[in-house]
Amino acid sequence: MNTRPETLIPVIGVITDVRLDTPDIKTFRVVTPDGKKAFDHRPGQCAMLSIPGVGEAMFSITSSPTNTEYMEFSIKKCGCVTEWLHQAEVGQQITIRGPYGNPFPVDDEFVGKNLLFIAGGVGLAPLRSVINYCRHYRSKYGTIDIVYGSRSKEDLLQYREIIEEWATDEGINVHLTIDREQENWDGHVGFVPNYVKELGFDTNKTAVLCGPPIMIKFTLEGLRSLGFEKTQMYTTLELKMKCGVGKCGRCNVGSKYVCKDGPVFRFDELDELPDEY
Amino acid sequence: MQKITRDVLVSKAISLLEDGNVSHVLGWRKGEFDYDITPSVFSEKEDIENNFVWNDFCGANFSKYLVQKTRKLEGKILVFLKPCDTYSFNQLLTEHRFDRDNVYAVGIPCEGMADISKVKKICGEGISSIDFDGDNILVNTVYEDAPIVIDAKSVLSERCINCKSKKHVAFDELIGEEGEIIESGRFDEVEKLEKMTPDERFEFWQSELSKCIRCNACRDVCPACTCEKCVFDNPKSGVENKAPANSFEEKMFHIIRAFHVAGRCTDCGECSRVCPQDIPLHLLNRKFIKDIDNFYGEYQAGAEVGSRAPLVDYTTEDVEPSDIFEGRNG
Amino acid sequence: MFKSSLNSINEIFAKIAENATLYLPSDNKDGNAVYTKWENGVVWSNSLNTVKSPKDFFFPQVEDMMAFKTEGKNIEINDIREESEDFVVFGVRACDVRSFDILDRVFLVDPCDSYYANRREHGIIISVACTKPSETCFCKTFDIDATNPGGDITVWKTEDSLYWSANTDRGRELLSKLNLEECGDEAVNEQKAKTEAILNKLPLANLNTDGFGGDKTDALFDRPEWKTLSESCLGCGTCTFVCPTCQCYDIKDFNTGNQVIRYRCWDSCMYSDFTKMAHGNNRLSQVERFRQRFMHKLVYYPANNDGIFGCAGCGRCVSKCPISMNIVKVMKTLGGND
Repeated sequence: MNTRPETLIPVIGVITDVRLDTPDIKTFRVVTPDGKKAFDHRPGQCAMLSIPGVGEAMFSITSSPTNTEYMEFSIKKCGCVTEWLHQAEVGQQITIRGPYGNPFPVDDEFVGKNLLFIAGGVGLAPLRSVINYCRHYRSKYGTIDIVYGSRSKEDLLQYREIIEEWATDEGINVHLTIDREQENWDGHVGFVPNYVKELGFDTNKTAVLCGPPIMIKFTLEGLRSLGFEKTQMYTTLELKMKCGVGKCGRCNVGSKYVCKDGPVFRFDELDELPDEY
Repeated sequence: MQKITRDVLVSKAISLLEDGNVSHVLGWRKGEFDYDITPSVFSEKEDIENNFVWNDFCGANFSKYLVQKTRKLEGKILVFLKPCDTYSFNQLLTEHRFDRDNVYAVGIPCEGMADISKVKKICGEGISSIDFDGDNILVNTVYEDAPIVIDAKSVLSERCINCKSKKHVAFDELIGEEGEIIESGRFDEVEKLEKMTPDERFEFWQSELSKCIRCNACRDVCPACTCEKCVFDNPKSGVENKAPANSFEEKMFHIIRAFHVAGRCTDCGECSRVCPQDIPLHLLNRKFIKDIDNFYGEYQAGAEVGSRAPLVDYTTEDVEPSDIFEGRNG
Repeated sequence: MFKSSLNSINEIFAKIAENATLYLPSDNKDGNAVYTKWENGVVWSNSLNTVKSPKDFFFPQVEDMMAFKTEGKNIEINDIREESEDFVVFGVRACDVRSFDILDRVFLVDPCDSYYANRREHGIIISVACTKPSETCFCKTFDIDATNPGGDITVWKTEDSLYWSANTDRGRELLSKLNLEECGDEAVNEQKAKTEAILNKLPLANLNTDGFGGDKTDALFDRPEWKTLSESCLGCGTCTFVCPTCQCYDIKDFNTGNQVIRYRCWDSCMYSDFTKMAHGNNRLSQVERFRQRFMHKLVYYPANNDGIFGCAGCGRCVSKCPISMNIVKVMKTLGGND
């Protein structure tokens, strides 16, 4: 047997809870077989989950590091691995390895700043980890604004947590929006980028964006028109990955590997890279 | 040496381009060492004058490029076709893979193409330049002061030794003298394989196919392989793979491919030409061609546009499946 | 420096093979050199180099990484590796020796790839200096000295003799067991001078790296020439699979019926599904995939590795590409070569 630790060999994880969040997103709670958290992580980091015989894929850890009991993953059904996970039941074992990538600078640049989180659809999954981390260490940060949009009310991820916990916290402003009018929705209707412009945030904030590329593109433009600098805006990228440790060679944007040098990037860092993400 | 000179092709290309008959020319682009020639699209007169080549190393068959190029490029494309290339051209038309109206095909005679690895077996490494003189190829190397003289016939590629046709079956215009269909010895090697015992034959293919590095060059160059999404690239197919995971898999890839192109393969020989491991892949295809000829009557894929291949056609004269089975065993 | 007669080479091979498996280039029935396990009767090839590079020894095309057994909802993970045996690779050329350094900088940096590291620790490299380089060679472009190839032991070949010199402790240990006669280095220097004269006459002798390097992303990424350079690329994996430095891999599962084997295999950035995810692909066209391969070797790799280029100039892609498009043509088109 080999004694050298091998990062590509996973450990076993057990799904202890499955929550249907939206019609196509489920949140899975994962622990080790002896009921512990598989490993520590920082907000924004990812883990490789796999089902032997189906495949392995990278997912952002949506639970906060301050949760020391388990990890959660909010996963949208869209490929082989995710389709398989969506039919998995409580008690199912999977494999897990990580954590991978660099976290959001929650203990550096974010400290003392007003924070603006902007998410679209399943893009809330990685931000939830940061938001709950910042809520846990609330006094380290200034005001917190959260703009979150999805196709419909049913497509809003973690809706109950947002309404019951985030929206009731002091100093946190939650702004929800959905793409089209629907019954029993009296909140805002419209796309995220437009809503951000309507809300007209002052630039005394650090912004964190995550969502579909088209949302990112127009939100970025919107924030720029409000006077935000690229050095005060962050996002997290997703590209195809196999190893998670910068060796399999496919998640690079220019000389940077998303798995190792990202997935968190500041927009001025992205400007240095070729437009291939 | 080729009978038609480069200059004839260059002036033909330039005149068609300047007259506005075509917008692009699919031709062979000069490389670093006189033999490493790249298929290329030319659109400028100057580029053609400086970089177009035609010599004994212009083996690439352009027919398959027409599938992509006719979709991407505006205007008509001039394509130069050697006799064997015209069969692939017709076969692709039969399969509706490109629009004939977007192509101007000029048939050019071919004296057979040289195999650079055969040349190197004679002259060694260090080629600095190659010239052509009548039936000879003159190779200058950094190791010898005088050129090494090689008889062009002795370094012909296998597919050219067994050339099946000097006749063009498709063209808008012909340059040079038209040739004839040739009674080639192309099935001789197949017959040798047929004479082997099943164990010997298995041994032969096992040893050949175990060299495969699964680079897919044979498939990617093959004019009969024009599926938009190959089954071997499709994760949902269950056979998608990037490496010969075991000896079963490496055989499966080539055998399935041979089955898939059976009746459509024109025997252009590109698969064997590009194989970095020198696997004689064409022998698999020729076995199919020979069997089809044998069981259903002689049929040459690509000989005419629109012909129905025996394997996708039914006639009451068709051989009974049981006869085929016996034929295989006999 | 030690000396042996060329005639006694099989006795030396036998001695090396007493303690470790020995691999060396030997011609197969097609006349192509292939790394072959030495046993009595296996003849060292006269070819300049092997078709496939020796990277296989450390980073094999396919390797099983682990096995899973599943029962109901439960999974068992088994590390199925066996400790590598000691082995010796003889006949490695300077370009391929460099390739190991290029691969080391990927696989051995934190977090270390233990599959690769194990093999690397168990492998002794005996290089052989080039005497008859090919027109496709351009190792000099990357400051590689084909007459002084390195590795654990360097061997120089003359008409009738072999000269041996150890470069590492492992090399010295192995060399001391071979009981060779000590000698001066005059013959080696003479041979080196001869080869150098040839190297300077090669058609690619003046190929340079001007215009490339870690800081050249902006200057090169949007160059219009990528389109014409890649226009006839077949998108096959020949260049990547014969390349000694291409290191991209895929991880896949294979269900054998009673267990699932997770294996790693070479992948190619030229393949259309290389970056394809369930919901998108950031390199949709062959131009982008082609550009990635050369940007990786000439810009991204040096950016991450102290300016060292990710190409060793072995020329395999130059001779094997089905359409004869290669890094030399890319460098001549985009760089500072005339």
